[in-house]
Amino acid sequence: MEILQITWFVLWAVLWSVYFMLDGFVFGVGFLSGFIAKNDTEKRILINSIGPVWDGNEVWLLTAGGATFAAFPTTYALMFSYLYTALLLLLFSLIVRGVSFEFRGKIDSAAWKSGWDAAIIISSFLPALLFGVAFGNIFKGLPMDAAGYHGGLISLLNPYGIVTGLLFVLLFAVHGALYATVKTVGDLSSRAFNLAKLLWIPLLLIAVVFLGYTTYATKLYDNYLKVPVLFIAPAVAVLAMVATYFFMIKNAALKAFTASCITIVFVCVTGVAGLFPNLIPSNLDPAFSLTIFNSSSSQYTLAIMTVVAGIFVPTVILYKIWAYRIFRAPLTEKDVLENKEAY
Amino acid sequence: MDVLALSRLQFAVTTMFHFIFVPLTLGLSVLTAWFETRYVKTGDETYLRMTKFWGKLFLINFALGVVTGITQEFQFGMNWAEYSRYVGDIFGAPLAIEATAAFFLESVFIGVWIFGWDKLSKKAHATTMCLAAFGTNLSALLILLANAWMQKPVGFVLRNNRAELNDFLAVATNPYGLIKFAHTLTSGYMVAGYFVMGIAAWHLIKKNEIDFFTRSFKTAAMFSLLAGIAVAATGDFHAVEIAKSQPTKFAAMESVWETQKGAPMHLLLWPDEANERNAVAGASVPGALSFLAFHDTNAEVKGLKSFPKEERPPVLPVYLSFRLMAILGGLMLGLSLLAVIMPRWKSFVDFKIFLYIMLAALPLPYITVQLGWLVAELGRQPWIVYGVLKTAGSTSSAVSAAQVAFSLAGFTVLYGVLGVIDIYLLIKYAKIGPEKAVPGMIPAKEVA
Repeated sequence: MEILQITWFVLWAVLWSVYFMLDGFVFGVGFLSGFIAKNDTEKRILINSIGPVWDGNEVWLLTAGGATFAAFPTTYALMFSYLYTALLLLLFSLIVRGVSFEFRGKIDSAAWKSGWDAAIIISSFLPALLFGVAFGNIFKGLPMDAAGYHGGLISLLNPYGIVTGLLFVLLFAVHGALYATVKTVGDLSSRAFNLAKLLWIPLLLIAVVFLGYTTYATKLYDNYLKVPVLFIAPAVAVLAMVATYFFMIKNAALKAFTASCITIVFVCVTGVAGLFPNLIPSNLDPAFSLTIFNSSSSQYTLAIMTVVAGIFVPTVILYKIWAYRIFRAPLTEKDVLENKEAY
Repeated sequence: MDVLALSRLQFAVTTMFHFIFVPLTLGLSVLTAWFETRYVKTGDETYLRMTKFWGKLFLINFALGVVTGITQEFQFGMNWAEYSRYVGDIFGAPLAIEATAAFFLESVFIGVWIFGWDKLSKKAHATTMCLAAFGTNLSALLILLANAWMQKPVGFVLRNNRAELNDFLAVATNPYGLIKFAHTLTSGYMVAGYFVMGIAAWHLIKKNEIDFFTRSFKTAAMFSLLAGIAVAATGDFHAVEIAKSQPTKFAAMESVWETQKGAPMHLLLWPDEANERNAVAGASVPGALSFLAFHDTNAEVKGLKSFPKEERPPVLPVYLSFRLMAILGGLMLGLSLLAVIMPRWKSFVDFKIFLYIMLAALPLPYITVQLGWLVAELGRQPWIVYGVLKTAGSTSSAVSAAQVAFSLAGFTVLYGVLGVIDIYLLIKYAKIGPEKAVPGMIPAKEVA
């Protein structure tokens, strides 16, 4: 019976894709906030546009991490300990980002606020970059063999890792700018929209570099050559990326944002489909790759977790849609200035 | 220090810091939900102001609980890779269920609660807080079931060079976990009760908003008393469970060296670990320890000497933590009773000594819950999973001492700074007090 491992591999891919789609725009809005907003009120509008949802979005990361632990404990153990310092920086960033939203408005002082503004920019930019670098290195494979891991923080910063890091940063930048466009009005919205259009060009360039470099730096395409139907995934990613620009030219920001969601999901699917059946390949000796078969939980645990996921994941999606619908209206100055509970 | 010592220290620092914020979240979410439910039921605006004031403090505290919680999930893999690999088949499940079933509930509905005041009906808005409170309490159940499995491993088999789950129901209904959940949850409610009473007492001393804070105080006092009774009762059953399934922890809690029937409890006691005896053992109550352990004055209590030295926990810290926890717990139970009775007396707000005592008592439950965790975790040593896996063999082989020293320093500085800021903000907003009651303070939609 391998069906459960495959199910959890698919679920693993879904959890990471949804996480990047959702937290991606929070990162984007965060690190672009200094460039889009011109004054304190506009900054508050941006922060409040993500206020009701950022925490719920971050939980997808905890779920992806928890799912890795429950379904592929060996991969969880080795991945998290091998990438120790990178994950530590990620943790510090996520901690600072979370409190900055809550703390920023709590003291009415310009120095206090500008301190947290800087914290928001840095703590939103670093995770975007680090996630990209980490996944780039996972696509490429980690240097591991019988003796364990032979890398460190510096070896992660190889050219392919950096290209993937920049890809993530630009994906989230366009994504976040489009979210800000949809969720705000007036000048602020048009500034965000112009920035999204401007950033799309370097995004396209880095995406082309990434796709080309992937043939050379990774073995991801091996699966595609074996099962050509998989080429649908990168094709959808590229089409959605082009559609994002098309909708931007047409001034249809919401459609552009939707296309950007699809882009992010399919970039992840493209990478993960190429990994199968590996979760983390070894670039030294394939015998030491962590696969969904050699690192998974028992069939019994996987079966239990499948039932749990089957109940809760759809439920979560339903009430998250409900929550997003409540806050679907764009935020105005009035919303932020008159609401005492606002950040 | 080596990787093991540093990893343990880092786990202690990050977990104990996380648990400064968690118990208040558990209790204050329930109290805030209670105030808002009362507001919906009665239409009394003071309840709305109570919801907003205590809710604001809840959120300042909640922020740090959430962000430090991410560390908890990451560091099993980062620092305890061998542990994670060995028991992940069992231990990973409650963590994943916690994220999907509880964290989403909590985070999504708190988001809606904060920003949804003028977007939802009164009833729906109160419901979001109830769901968030349910989510936080549910997450406590799941993480405590995971911890209970480390204390009393059940429903597993050793095979394929690891522990594998073979009875999920046994893990989900582990009696150790259920009693621990009840004990931890109700002690979190005490933290919240004392938090509210302490701040209310401060305002009553200053004669601010007397009606508002008297009512807050009364609710919190009753909440603390009920919780305190439950803490004591579950604590008693918890001790029985420990005596049964973790005899070395129980022996260390009371510094028992010799195995004996009808064991006495010594009110005056000082362990002498080096000589495997007690330096002081006086004011003894015959049979009391056997009764505490097995609810039978004649039962046999195992002494530490019945176990090899390398399987015993450190006695002095476990004994002191347990004893101090029990003393503080008893003290707070009495104080809660007094806090329920006192406000019945009309001029209670003029009785400043009492109010100062309640203010000074605010940190007590915080200290007590930390001591409880020291008993639980130090008392389990040298095991990481009692009787199955030792702490010493559970760290990450790929991580160096320098890396852990660096991360420990980073956590200490970051948590230190954020902790100071958070406590500063809590004090600031606690002092500001509730918004003034003015007609028309409720958004139009809520009236309609």
